Amino acid sequence: MGRKAKFNEGVVVKRGPGKKAKKQKDPSFPKALQDEPVAKKLGHRQKQRQQKRLKKKKSVPIKTPEVERESSESESEEVTAAWLKPSISQNDTKILPDSESEDDSKGFTDDNKKWLKPKKQTVVKSDDSSSDDNLKMGTLDDVTDESSDDELLPIEKQNKELLKKQEEDEKLAEEELQMNIGDQEKFQFPSKKEREQTASLQEVQQRIRDVVGVLSDFSKLRDKKHSRSEYLEMLKNDLCTYYSYNEFLIEKLMQLFPLNELLEFLEASEVQRPLTIRTNSLKTRRRDLAQALINRGVNLDPVGKWSKVGLVIYSSQVPIGATPEYLAGHYILQGASSLLPVMALAPQENERILDMSAAPGGKASHIAALMKNTGVLFANDVNSDRTKAIVGNFHRLGVVNSVITCMDGRKFPTIMKGFDRVLLDAPCSGTGVIAKDQSVKINKDEQDIQRCYNLQRELLLAAIDCLNAKSESGGYLVYSTCSILPEENEWVVDYALKKRNVKLVDTGLDFGTEGFTNFRQFRFHPSMKLTKRFYPHAHNMDGFFVAKFKKFSNLVPKGGGGEEKGEKREVEEEAEEVESTSKKIKNGEDVPGGKTKKVKKQAEKKSESVKNQPVANEKKKKTGLDNKKSGNEEKSSKKTKAKSNTVGANKIDWKDVPKEVGLKLGKKIKKMKKKQLGTLKNKNKTVLLKKKQK
Amino acid sequence: MKRLSEERTKILFEKLAKYIGPNVKLLIERPDGIYCFREQKDRVYYISEKILKLAENVPPTQLICAGTCFGKFTKTNKFRLHITALNYLAPYAQSKIWLKPSAEQQFLYGNHVSKSGLGRISENTEKYQGVLVYNMADLPLGFGVAARSTADCKHADPLASVCFHQADIGEYIRSEEDLL
Repeated sequence: MGRKAKFNEGVVVKRGPGKKAKKQKDPSFPKALQDEPVAKKLGHRQKQRQQKRLKKKKSVPIKTPEVERESSESESEEVTAAWLKPSISQNDTKILPDSESEDDSKGFTDDNKKWLKPKKQTVVKSDDSSSDDNLKMGTLDDVTDESSDDELLPIEKQNKELLKKQEEDEKLAEEELQMNIGDQEKFQFPSKKEREQTASLQEVQQRIRDVVGVLSDFSKLRDKKHSRSEYLEMLKNDLCTYYSYNEFLIEKLMQLFPLNELLEFLEASEVQRPLTIRTNSLKTRRRDLAQALINRGVNLDPVGKWSKVGLVIYSSQVPIGATPEYLAGHYILQGASSLLPVMALAPQENERILDMSAAPGGKASHIAALMKNTGVLFANDVNSDRTKAIVGNFHRLGVVNSVITCMDGRKFPTIMKGFDRVLLDAPCSGTGVIAKDQSVKINKDEQDIQRCYNLQRELLLAAIDCLNAKSESGGYLVYSTCSILPEENEWVVDYALKKRNVKLVDTGLDFGTEGFTNFRQFRFHPSMKLTKRFYPHAHNMDGFFVAKFKKFSNLVPKGGGGEEKGEKREVEEEAEEVESTSKKIKNGEDVPGGKTKKVKKQAEKKSESVKNQPVANEKKKKTGLDNKKSGNEEKSSKKTKAKSNTVGANKIDWKDVPKEVGLKLGKKIKKMKKKQLGTLKNKNKTVLLKKKQK
Repeated sequence: MKRLSEERTKILFEKLAKYIGPNVKLLIERPDGIYCFREQKDRVYYISEKILKLAENVPPTQLICAGTCFGKFTKTNKFRLHITALNYLAPYAQSKIWLKPSAEQQFLYGNHVSKSGLGRISENTEKYQGVLVYNMADLPLGFGVAARSTADCKHADPLASVCFHQADIGEYIRSEEDLL
């Protein structure tokens, strides 16, 4: 239509480094802070004074040798002492104390410095005669030397000497220190006081590293006095201080990861994951979206081969959550890990799907996009404020096949059942997304976790109840959390496996680590391998857990096993089912309006067939069919419960009786049995006695 | 979820006709099943019959939204279109306005469209007719009411308003709380 508009006309790409890129000079330290003393420039007057001094000096040394010679001739032994003394002591004694003891170390005149090395002193001392000759020669030489030497006062020269020595000493000391460290290598277990005194985080970090090093090869590197638990305790405290976690969570994480991985995890939890977006395939294609965003100055890349809709944003000149493309619903900001549960769910077109805790609607809209706006999508959330976010996102993204509800997910089965697929992204402690919400580090404790997994269990059972096992295309449920604790993941899944007729199936995600089959005291179902875990340090996405169930029967096993049931009761149950369905139909519940008549007819037929069933059931007994397969319809469990209780006192099925009542009844019967047993025992006893008597 | 009364249906369709003209018919007669308008708490929803049947199982207090919300009836019984209706208005629009990239952002903040920001305008737009607003990449940005006819626009002052703002997709961020 018309001529093509030039949209990138207004965009001017800057050239060159720009004004603010001008490079600063390297920083220079003030002189006071510099280690090496820089030679000061001498002032004019100072120079003059120095020259004067030099002149004086030049005049003095000519005299000194004579004095020395005289003294050396008179008392040879004393001379050695004299020239071993610093010559200044002769010139101006005030400055240096002429203690003879000091002489050995630094005692020789500047005049003799040239030829006298401190180590040779002993040799010199031993033979005096030779020293005399040397002295003469030396003095003559010195005179000439003095003039060519770097014109320093003797005291200054001595100072230089001293400095040199000090430097040497320091060097030696340092070498020794290095040697010591090399010898030590082992990490010394710090005492309590030392630990309390540590001021800087760097020290703590160093200690963490050391302790991890020790623990990696404990038998070799350990301090024999301290046990492993002491080391671990110290490490735990250090990690708490360095990463500012509370003790509970650190302990949980230490149980979960080996030490090296733990450090990686903690480090990764400090850093934000890369920002990712999901293309809304209802409105655009990923390539088009990428092009549009690149034109806006966004630097992006596909998130990986595993997803066709994900994009990673590296940098952006515009706010990525407010571009016209975003507002038009071409994409939604969503973590890479949030794509996984929906991919595992693999929704098909024309299905009825439930997202039980949907807010803010990222995953739910992804489902809708995969369904291509066909079928029905129920998006539920407890929080009414957060349902507004679902409304906004759904309308923005153009999802039209949705029903948004606000209720407790645990009560959802009372309203509607028979979904083809259910996604349960359960509320959790959020230990996988510490980078997003740092407060998790501190404010979670045992009780919070317990609350979480109790809620998750109830939600999961409710979600399974919503599912229709008979669905042609589905009957699948995906359970996911953004937590990494096994209590909230494997344990909950294991619970569901025991309580409902579901099995785990492969998630269809080709990366991620397998779920735990055993963890500390827990022993989970072996099929737990099919679940997937994702970690921030290993997969560069939020910590996540995904499990996929397949429901194979709509029957709800009562109590623990629920496998063995009386055949008679079953028949009754089925009759009940038919009744209940017909009642349902009358109430207009669950079944779409137009079909009611047909279903009624079906129900009638069924009830007839049930009447005829006892014969068939006898056959079943012989063949020993599974009772799971025989149940055809969803059943209203309450009614069956009520009925089965009335079946007859001797045929009480404990799985059907409410727990409390069951307990009471159980006690009564036990008492009865005991009485009976007692009488029996008595009888036996009497019989035995009689036998003995015989 | 209840059916709209005769009166309200009339008001609704009159309003829609301002934007999409005779295409209103297409909203009701669709090849992919029956769609209908339903009302809950004065909000009007446009839903497929199949979804509606399922949605009716949910107690009204717990039902937040079903299908697409088109708008609401005010206390004075007028109908006000919401931005959420844009998905259905945009494909059937009668008269359109295209905005220059410079004016795009202004419109998304809830301002009227001035002549200087006007990129293109469809012919035969009448004064006070409902118009849909697009950017130059044909992305629907919102809708409003034409302040001038196409002919008047040509001679208008650069700062004069061409289109009065009614709703724009910036509302998804600005006022997510009261979208419905």
